[in-house]
Amino acid sequence: MIDADREKLDNIINKYDGKEGFLIQLLLDLQSELHWISKENIRELSLRLKIPASQIFRVASFYKAMNLSPVGRHKVCVCMGTACQVRGAQRLLDTTESKLGIKSGQTTPDNSFTLNRVNCLGCCAIGPVIVVDDDYHGRVDSKKVEKILGLLASDS
Amino acid sequence: MARLTSIQDLEILRDEIERNRDPRRKEVAICTGTGCLGLGARKVVRAFEREIERRGLEREIHIKETGCPGFCEKGTLVVVYPQGIYYMGVQPDDVPEIVAKTILKGELVARLLYTDPATGQKAIREDDIPFYNHQMRFLIRNNIKINPKNINDYIALGGYAALTRALSQMTAPEVIEEIKKSGLRGRGGGGFPTGKKWESTAWAPGQPKYVIVNCDEGDPGAFMDRALMEGNPHSVLEGLMIGAYAVGAHSGYIYVRMEYPLAVENAKFALHQARELGLLGENILGSGFDFDVSVHRGAGAFVSGESTALMNALEGKVGEPRPKYVHTSECGVWNRPSLLNNVETWANIPLIINRGAEWFSSIGTEKSKGTKIFSLVGKVNNTGLVEVPMGMSLADIIYKIGGGIPDGKKLKGVQTGGPSGGIIPARHLQTPVDFDELTSLGSMMGSGSIIVIDEDTCAVDLARYFVDFLCDESCGKCLPCREGLLRMREILDGIVSGKGQEGDLQILKEIADLMRKTSLCALGRTAVNPVLSTMAHFPDEYAAHLIEKRCPSLACKALVSYYIEPKVCIGCGLCQKNCPEGAIKEEEGKNCIIDQSQCTRCGICFDVCPPKTRAIKKVSPRLSPSFSSSSLTRLGKAKRGDKA
Repeated sequence: MIDADREKLDNIINKYDGKEGFLIQLLLDLQSELHWISKENIRELSLRLKIPASQIFRVASFYKAMNLSPVGRHKVCVCMGTACQVRGAQRLLDTTESKLGIKSGQTTPDNSFTLNRVNCLGCCAIGPVIVVDDDYHGRVDSKKVEKILGLLASDS
Repeated sequence: MARLTSIQDLEILRDEIERNRDPRRKEVAICTGTGCLGLGARKVVRAFEREIERRGLEREIHIKETGCPGFCEKGTLVVVYPQGIYYMGVQPDDVPEIVAKTILKGELVARLLYTDPATGQKAIREDDIPFYNHQMRFLIRNNIKINPKNINDYIALGGYAALTRALSQMTAPEVIEEIKKSGLRGRGGGGFPTGKKWESTAWAPGQPKYVIVNCDEGDPGAFMDRALMEGNPHSVLEGLMIGAYAVGAHSGYIYVRMEYPLAVENAKFALHQARELGLLGENILGSGFDFDVSVHRGAGAFVSGESTALMNALEGKVGEPRPKYVHTSECGVWNRPSLLNNVETWANIPLIINRGAEWFSSIGTEKSKGTKIFSLVGKVNNTGLVEVPMGMSLADIIYKIGGGIPDGKKLKGVQTGGPSGGIIPARHLQTPVDFDELTSLGSMMGSGSIIVIDEDTCAVDLARYFVDFLCDESCGKCLPCREGLLRMREILDGIVSGKGQEGDLQILKEIADLMRKTSLCALGRTAVNPVLSTMAHFPDEYAAHLIEKRCPSLACKALVSYYIEPKVCIGCGLCQKNCPEGAIKEEEGKNCIIDQSQCTRCGICFDVCPPKTRAIKKVSPRLSPSFSSSSLTRLGKAKRGDKA
């Protein structure tokens, strides 16, 4: 573990010191700071918190918010909620997958993009919706996806 | 902010806010709910800031970022005060004109007003807009008037008056009695009488007790809880505090799903401000009542919205349901009595305390009282959140408020209740919407999603979609749900891809029956509703897929083909250029044809074909691989149900 990561881990552990039921909140913080939860981190947490590694792994693998493998620089999320579905979300996902050359749940080989599908983001009135790095885009069609992803690809 | 130590202090603060408020002040309220943000609201806010700064009007014109007032279809929504002029679809480029004309001169920018599609008439204020004036809005009416990050906005509109009333004039049993009398039922889906739930927590032995807000709104298509939590968090908090007082709890949780980051942020901010003012903490307003709340983020699991699973998640464990031999109201988080209500239920509490149970129960139907927020989405003209009295008919919601179906398409039905609900066909549109009526049609009200589907949506595919959704979200703890869903998905996948077999429907029914009887939690028991309701209401569609290998809605990819109609094709070449497979070929001296053996049926050609031409046709069942457009006449296309 590099020093910067260790410091982040220390801060997070200290923040929840002694609080009941903190494990999920702690892992969420870790996820948002380090973007994924490594085997090494789980072992470290287990030692320091005196919680069996299997229990931490069980929680981390159950919830979708936690990644057990590294993610790309840009996170792309296609909403597959019902309202988006009836307005063509599957087509949108197909297009996005073919544009990025990966399936949902995967990361591009150059580590630029991770693509995920999510079961409803609650922006149902403006569907289909795609979220790229916390920015919500409504009424997205194939052309708009191309534009959004194109802008990001030129960034990175 | 000075800490309020008595009820009088709160009233003094309210008067002070009122005194300092200039009714003539120029203000622009801009919706910055997640919906409008997705349509570019942040850029609109920045454009206003820049324009106001450029003109040096920072003192004269105030910008207020508000929560979602519901009409998401027309975002970004901007309301100009003091007149209350309602602009829609505002883009950053419109901003200088709004400032110059409307704010400074009081003139209207006609193109940004709501235009009635039938009459062409413009609407200026909220109450003139049909989308709003057929509603009865108590819960979301204030969203456009409140900056959720400013507690004073809530207090100015009478906020926390219900709390003071409960603390100073009512005993805890009296509060519970009032809620029971109101007839309020849980808005999260179950429809359990709220007052009864409160009573069982109040009477349950064991200390400490907890009160919990369930904002794990996982039903796809529902977003009223997000809008309330983001837009008016104090109304939820006030309800929660009254509940805590009534059942004798001193700590509470707000459990928000992680897909709602803005709701998490605004809830935390609201708690912080309430704490600073002394509305949370010890001896609240000098009443002797102590109470505090913390926000817990969900971590992305649909099943965590189930009450017992949510208790596990609050304890930091895997969010799986527990057997419900004892209700969570008696034995919930940390095995203590825990009162869990949905966001919208909590937001109703201050209304009931302020206006009385009699007023509340005068709205609605015999067994479903009050108003309900529905998210009206899918294939409907005016999508958004609508708050109507219980008992309004689906037809009124879809046509009067929703403005009907776009593009002249035919309504097929509505999906209500999320993955636990079902699809109600168009012939039942006169059904009044309340808890019991929808259940009698094989669906349920659930948290209030109304997803309108038109003729382009395939009922079988929609059932498959829900089963797929639930396969993804089933926690896997109990076998009937875990395995039953997988087997159902296998069968439905087969049907929509033309591999359905005789007897499939019988097996689906058997699995559904078993799941309904033996699943551990409500998620598994109701997971069969989308399948059973489509089988009951759309048997012809199942038959078409199974026997003819045909999708009547032309939606199932494996059962459709595309071809180019040579008589109408203008030879623009757009389809050929855009085809990712290179399946569109030019025939010597003729038009293009689609090579059926190469076509992956992605539908891009269908989309790019100019709307005036519409030469690309979609048909079902599939064409043979050797099909070419010249063989069309032989085929007798009238039988195939072509669609442009």
